[in-house]
Amino acid sequence: MSKLVKSIKEVVELVGLKDGMTVSFHHHLRNGDYVLNMVMAEIAAKGLRDINVNASSLFDTHAPILEHISNGVVTGIAADYIGAGVGRAISEGILEKPVQFYTHGGRASSISLGRTPIDVAFIAAPTSDPMGNCSGKYGKSACGSLGYAFADAMYAKKVVVITDNLVPYPLTDFSISEDYIDYVVEVDAIGNPKGIVSGTTKITRDPVGLVMAAHAAKVIEASGLLKDGFSFQTGAGGASLAAAKFLKDIMVEKQIQGSFGLGGITGYMVDMLKAGCFRTLMDVQCFDLTAVESLRENPNHQEISALQYASPSCKSAVVDSLDVVILGATEIDTDFNVNVHTDSNGYIMGGSGGHSDTAAGAKLSMIIAPMFRARLPIVTESVTCVSTPGQTVDVLVTQGGIAVNPRRKELADNLKSAGLPIIDINELKEKTERITGSPKKLNRGDRVVAEVIGREGNLCDKIYSVSKK
Amino acid sequence: MKIIKQASAGTMESSDAYVEIEPRDNGLDIHIESVVEQQFGEKIEATVREVLAEFDLNDAEVRIVDRGALECVIRARVETAIQRGGGEV
Repeated sequence: MSKLVKSIKEVVELVGLKDGMTVSFHHHLRNGDYVLNMVMAEIAAKGLRDINVNASSLFDTHAPILEHISNGVVTGIAADYIGAGVGRAISEGILEKPVQFYTHGGRASSISLGRTPIDVAFIAAPTSDPMGNCSGKYGKSACGSLGYAFADAMYAKKVVVITDNLVPYPLTDFSISEDYIDYVVEVDAIGNPKGIVSGTTKITRDPVGLVMAAHAAKVIEASGLLKDGFSFQTGAGGASLAAAKFLKDIMVEKQIQGSFGLGGITGYMVDMLKAGCFRTLMDVQCFDLTAVESLRENPNHQEISALQYASPSCKSAVVDSLDVVILGATEIDTDFNVNVHTDSNGYIMGGSGGHSDTAAGAKLSMIIAPMFRARLPIVTESVTCVSTPGQTVDVLVTQGGIAVNPRRKELADNLKSAGLPIIDINELKEKTERITGSPKKLNRGDRVVAEVIGREGNLCDKIYSVSKK
Repeated sequence: MKIIKQASAGTMESSDAYVEIEPRDNGLDIHIESVVEQQFGEKIEATVREVLAEFDLNDAEVRIVDRGALECVIRARVETAIQRGGGEV
């Protein structure tokens, strides 16, 4: 029995793709990914129409999908995150059916429950053997964890592995195993290594960012959660990384040994593991080369699937055991609802990713953001899009004060006793607008271009087209 | 004051504004391009007109590319452009 197929063109024939079917992709190769474009080009060449694309994320490198939309090849998109390039066209209304936005945990959950069935999953794999035992840890296109691909491999009707590093059977240290895989295709390159993982993301040197980061670390210290067994996730933004650095200093000084760091793993989290701040890293996605190397070399650095990371329908998920998460926001309103989907002019330029999942799971979910960016206040009366519901957000840290969700009174008391600058979120909004002026509300278009699906499968919000004034 | 030569002030950095000013014979001609046009377009124009009035300038062409500058920044950039391009009548 051979699963090896000579080309993507041939495998597109073999899997029996028909008009109206759903194909899926993972985004571990991020902005360096070639696989989605290569597969979609063959699907278009075959003359298929009305295809649904379920991708864990779409980046600017996936812009060719816009042509497939214009030509009627692709008529449905589901994703957890859409970058600004493709997002702009979606906001301008290129797709008739609204995009379905999921969270990382919600996507995996929906696939596992059969709510969003996948006909064919195409899995870009930096290393695979001919039977489809595959891994992201090895090869010239190494991306580390393959966390987002597990649900696709486990539940799609047909599963194709596409690799540029075919190794003899069996690959020992595999992530996804052969029992899920129908076909394996070898290609010259699955991605551009420069776009797959970044070099080390630098922590911010901006004084405003450093003030916020220092506050964030002190909030964690004062929350009562920072003790042996502590668990933590942070984003890869400059200020979030700076917060992790300050937190590490506190943990090392007080000799606190945490249980696990979660995420989206960066070199900074690897440093914390090495410094003894955590026993384990639980890794659904590697952001940089240091993280990839650590996942490959360090047995305490564990790959996890998106299901185990954050699915609300699994028997348990790691986010349920998470103490603290630090997250970003493009807007947050006075009810603590957070927008991470659209920019200040209403264009799609992001998505929840694990934002809503970790906010829901963590004992303390913290947003860190400047009071304003390019004159636009971070705190608004109501956000353009509810990405993460306010009842799951506990505290907002800015350079102008720390706003605590009124639902968390004991947290506010703890922070006050620690001498931290607490401010009511309405006051923070006024304080900011005294500097920026009060912005006029955006006009929105009248078409729904995307639906934001909450992690439990509920409709969280709708995103409207952008009106040209 | 009167604008006697072309002048500019500011940068295209985020949170700054780039202001160009030129002599003109009859009245004010103000062009504003802003990343926060929808939210602050009217306020930006009002600020520019205020500064021009403070210098008693009634004839000038003013072009602004705003990258999300605060009002105090816009004032400063417009004032500087005027002083660089202006002379007493």
